[in-house]
Parts: sequence; C-alpha cells; structure tokens
Amino acid sequence: MLSIKDLHISISGKEIIKGIDLEVKAGEVHAIMGPNGSGKSTLASALAGREIFEITKGHVTYLGEDLLEMSPEDRAKKGLFLGFQYPVEIPGVSLVNFMKTAINEHRRFNGMDPISASDFLKMMREKQELVGLHTNLTNRSVNEGFSGGEKKRNEIFQMAMLSPKLAILDETDSGLDIDALKIVANGVNKLRTKDNATIIITHYQRLLDHVIPDHVHVLYKGKIVKSSGKELALELEEKGYDWIREESKS
Amino acid sequence: MNEQIDLQKISDDLVKIYRDNTEFLKQNTGEMLNVYRPKALEDFLRLGVPTAKSEAYKYTRIEDYLKGNYDSEFTQDPFKVNLRDIFKCDIPELDTHVVLIMNGFYYHDNLLTGLPEGVIICGLNEASVKYPDLFNRHYNRYADTSTDGLIALNTLFAHDGVFVYIPEGIKLNRPLQVINLSFSFRNLRITRRNLIVAGDKSDSNIIFCDHTLCAHSYITNSLTEIYAGKNAQLDFSRMQNENGMSSQITHTFIHQEKNSVVTSNTISLHGGLIRNNFFTRLNDTGCESNLYGLFLGDDNQHIANYTMVNHAMPHCTSNQLFKGILDDHATGAFNGKIYVSRDAQKTQAYQKNNNILLSPAARMNTKPHLEIYADDVKCSHGATIGRLDSEAMFYLRSRGIPEKEARQLLMYAFADEIIGKIQVSLLRDRVIDLVDKRLRGELARCNSCDVHCG
Repeated sequence: MLSIKDLHISISGKEIIKGIDLEVKAGEVHAIMGPNGSGKSTLASALAGREIFEITKGHVTYLGEDLLEMSPEDRAKKGLFLGFQYPVEIPGVSLVNFMKTAINEHRRFNGMDPISASDFLKMMREKQELVGLHTNLTNRSVNEGFSGGEKKRNEIFQMAMLSPKLAILDETDSGLDIDALKIVANGVNKLRTKDNATIIITHYQRLLDHVIPDHVHVLYKGKIVKSSGKELALELEEKGYDWIREESKS
Repeated sequence: MNEQIDLQKISDDLVKIYRDNTEFLKQNTGEMLNVYRPKALEDFLRLGVPTAKSEAYKYTRIEDYLKGNYDSEFTQDPFKVNLRDIFKCDIPELDTHVVLIMNGFYYHDNLLTGLPEGVIICGLNEASVKYPDLFNRHYNRYADTSTDGLIALNTLFAHDGVFVYIPEGIKLNRPLQVINLSFSFRNLRITRRNLIVAGDKSDSNIIFCDHTLCAHSYITNSLTEIYAGKNAQLDFSRMQNENGMSSQITHTFIHQEKNSVVTSNTISLHGGLIRNNFFTRLNDTGCESNLYGLFLGDDNQHIANYTMVNHAMPHCTSNQLFKGILDDHATGAFNGKIYVSRDAQKTQAYQKNNNILLSPAARMNTKPHLEIYADDVKCSHGATIGRLDSEAMFYLRSRGIPEKEARQLLMYAFADEIIGKIQVSLLRDRVIDLVDKRLRGELARCNSCDVHCG
C-alpha cells in the first residue's frame, strides 16, 4: 500500500528525516515510536502533503502511484488520512459544513452523487457514537472551544466519517486520559479491516496496549534505527529511549 | 499643473455649480434646508476639498476621485421611468417597507402601507416642509460642517433623501429598506441627505442598499443623521454595491441619548471608492454603540472606514469591529478613534480591525487612535493584517477539500463574525449568499434587475 524509499525531508534547509525506508501493507498496523524531536511528526505531515516540508531525496509510492506528486486534497481523496497531533481551531468554519464538504469531495472523486441531508445526519450520529464524541456538533466551529480530549476524538470521528485506506495518527494518544484513550483505541480497532492500514505515531507504549501493532519502528534522529514486532514497544517502555541512544552510538 | 491648482480648481468648480444653481435649489427645496447653506458655503470656502494631507484622509487620496467630470441634477429627472419595472431587488421574501431613492431624490411613486401609527417615512425635502418643528429639531444638529469640506458640501447641496421618524414607544413592525439607486445616461454627481429620528423607547430596523444601475461613473456624497432618543433601539445596516467606476462617500452621524442602543453594520461589497465616516456621540449615560463593518476589495478598489466614537458621558459601552479582505491591487484603510471625555468614567470602549491580504500588491493601512481623559475606563484596541492561515488551509485540504474551496471556507469564516451580527435573519441569509458569491468572484451586482450593466 505504502512504500517509502530513502526519504529525506528538510524544513528551512535543515534536514529532519535522513533516509527512511518503510513498507506498509493492507491490513497492517505499524507503530512509529521515538523520543521527542526525532522527526515523527515531520514524517506524518510530509506524507499528508504539508508544503512547508521539502522532500530533498527519495520516493514514496502509495497504491501504486507517486504520492509526492499529489496535492494534499488528492492524497486525502485517495484514502490517506492524517490525524493531527494539534488539530487546528478554525473559528467560523462550521464542523458540520466542513465534514459535509469533505464527504462530498470524496464522493465526487468516486463518481458518486452528493450525500443527502438525512443520510449525512445519520452517518454523523453513527460515527459520533462509534468514537464516543457526545458533543453537540451543530453550530460548532471546527475544533473551536473543544477540550484537548474532544479535539482528539474529533480527529478519530473525522477518520470514521472518511473511512480512509491509510490512516496516519500523529500522537493521537497524547493529552488523553485513560478512558478517552480506550475510546480512541476502540474507534481505531473498530475501523480496522483487512483492506486498510494504520500508522500510529506515538511517544508512549500505552496506546499500543489497546491497539496491537504488527510492526514497531523506532525513529531516532531522522532514521529508523530499529524495527521489530509488537514486543519492541514493551521493551522500549521498560528500558526507555536511552537504550536506543546507547545502541545507536555503538 | 501642480497639485495645489488642481485642488483649487475642484473647489472652485463646485462653488460655481452651487452659485449657478442657488436660485433653483431655493425654489425647489424647503426653507429648513436652505437656512444652513450660507454657513456651509462659508465652511466649504475655508476648508475646500479634503486631501491626503489631512489626518482623517491620510490613507485615502480623496482628491483623485473628486476631480472627474460629472453632471449634477437639482431636480428629479423628468424622464419617466418606472423604477419598479427595471429594478427588482432580489433580497428574496424580505418582508420590508421599501422606498426607492433615485439619484438622491425620493422616488415619487413609493408606496408605503401598514406603517404603525405616527411613523413617518417620506422624502427629506417633503419633511422639511410638512413637519417643520420636528425637522428643525434634528436637521443639521449632529453633522458639523466646520470639520470636513465634504460635510459642508453635502449640506450646501442637500436637496433630498429619506426622512424617517419613529415616535416614542413604537416598534417598527417590519424593517425599512431604503434602496438608493444611481440611474442615468451620463456621469453624475449625487448628493443624498438622510435624517432618521428614533423616538424614546422606539425599536426599529433600517437597511440601506446602494446600487448603481448603469455603467456610468457616479460620485455620491451621502450624509445620514441619526438621533436615538432615550431607551431607543436602532439597528442600521448598509449594503454597498456599486460599479467599479463609482465613488461613494458616506458620513453617518449618530447621536445617542440615555440608555439607547444603536448598531450599525456596513457591508462594503463592491465599488471603485468607498469611504465611510462614522461619528458617534454618546450624549448620556447607559448608551451602547456598535459599529461593525465588512469590506471586500479587489481590482483597484479603495475602501476606507473612519470612525470617531465620542464618549461624552459615563457608563457607556462602545464596540467597533471592522474586517476586510483585499485582493489584487485593492487598498484599504481603517482610521478609528475613541474619545473618552474627562467625565466619562466607567466607559467601556473596544475597537478591533482585522484584515486579510490575498495578494502581494494589496495594501492596508490601519490606525487606531485612543484619546482618554477619564481614569476609570476599560478601553482596548487591536489591529491585524495577515494572510490566510496556512495551518488551517492544510487542515482543510488534508480532508480532501480542494485548495480553492478551502480558501473560500476560510475567507467566509473570517467574514462570518461580522455577518453574524446582522439582526434581520433574511437579510443575513442574503448577505451570506452575496459575500459567498463575491469571494468567488461571481458578483458584480447584487440585484437581478433587467439592466445588465456595470
């Protein structure tokens, strides 16, 4: 599904990602872990098409196409979803209108007619239920006045609405209490099928107690320094990132 | 030819037009209008037309717009047109009392039915003759001709416009919609003079819509005096939508008595030059003044708002919020002043001006100005000039929304703060639609009239 080859990413001339290779297949869950500043969020944003990040080298193939050639909106319409670490507050843009516009763009891309008002409301209710977002969303602006937990749930809610093929969740667990974490994890698990894939980016092990990854990668100083099965996450939790630092020195 | 001579010529020409037509004006207008002309002339001769050298017009090269060749009309064009046939305002199902003003003249065929008892809506000139006492108590009492040549000029040429009187305790059952039309076969200089008297405890909603119906250039000098009596509530909205060759200068004087609430909402959709001057005087305690404005400029338009909110008495609140979006080579200005006099303790006065520039060539000048002589007050001001938030853009696009649509959503969201303050819900819905179209570049006029020009 996603194939990253020797990817280098810079921002304002400073290289953040220094050559990454990663293969993600349909049905898989990958976890990318690493200490702060290792480049996790840069990787996630660049894959979603944030223009401030410059790809200086390498290739990314997504569903057989060159991902890096696509605009952010085309990536989204082809099923890529980024759950933001810091969801943006957009006063004045109604969340309902935003979601409806997004859904209809996806539908148009897939040759479908715009969704009917009643179907849309039904879908909203179902997906809100799924992620435990019990906030009344009518007359709310995108993320405006949402608590930290609500913002993160809103990301998973949007993911549920758009049912992506590849979801990249950037530190979705940070700032969540354990109950909220379970709800988010539950949402991710429910949306998991053999046809889609998820990349979970996290600093901590705790989300991985609830969403079991197939592969765990450790990103350190812009490189993947270790890749293994789910047991790697536990090892990291136990030993801390110093262990990686020590290992990468040697 | 140097600038000085140029300016002098503009002023001289205007004075000549006045002198040539003084007799005609006198014959056709009421005594109450004529009595103020000599003083206005004296003021104008002293002040001349304002220039960018004066503080108030610093960011508006007003002289550039005043120098064109325009005809003047001192009587309603005898050309018989049925404006109702050619102009159909497409504010749909907007249940309003409608009056038309053509080239500054109250249209002879305005039909008003179902007005609450005692409410007067008529031409300004008619009112000056029919209701001399009422008229004289308010006409030219709030506008000060000695401060600005254009105010003097308006008073000098004043001949007609709309007069509104809402008696004490009366609620205007439907909003009053005043549609100002510019319609001619030549370039025209238009003077409009309006007077709105909202009696004690009255409650009314008044909407001004300004349109040019022809592809000619118009320069309009429009002055509106508003008196709000004790506990009066007045909501005053203005939609400015004129062709790109036209200039509109408006002066709005708002005089508020005890516990009155006046909200002014000015939506500047289109026009070559739009210059709005607001003067609010909070003349007694407990007043609330809200001045809101939204302006959308592109091409070579210039849109400027000047405000002066005078807190003359204690315990009053004023809010100013002006937001603008400028594209292409458009320029804008906000020059906002809050004046708090020595006795105006417990004043709360707020001012904000936010602007978005969409192109590198668009320019905005913003200048807040606070003058505070009382010591127990809450005042604030703030101004921003920026671009569309790139993080928000990316967020929207990352959900599959195309760049163009994402820009539209963000621009609209920016404008929404002002639009949301429009009280009449049907007007608000209409403005939402107009602003949306305007931001998509699909709007030249806001009416579906049969004259497809400009």
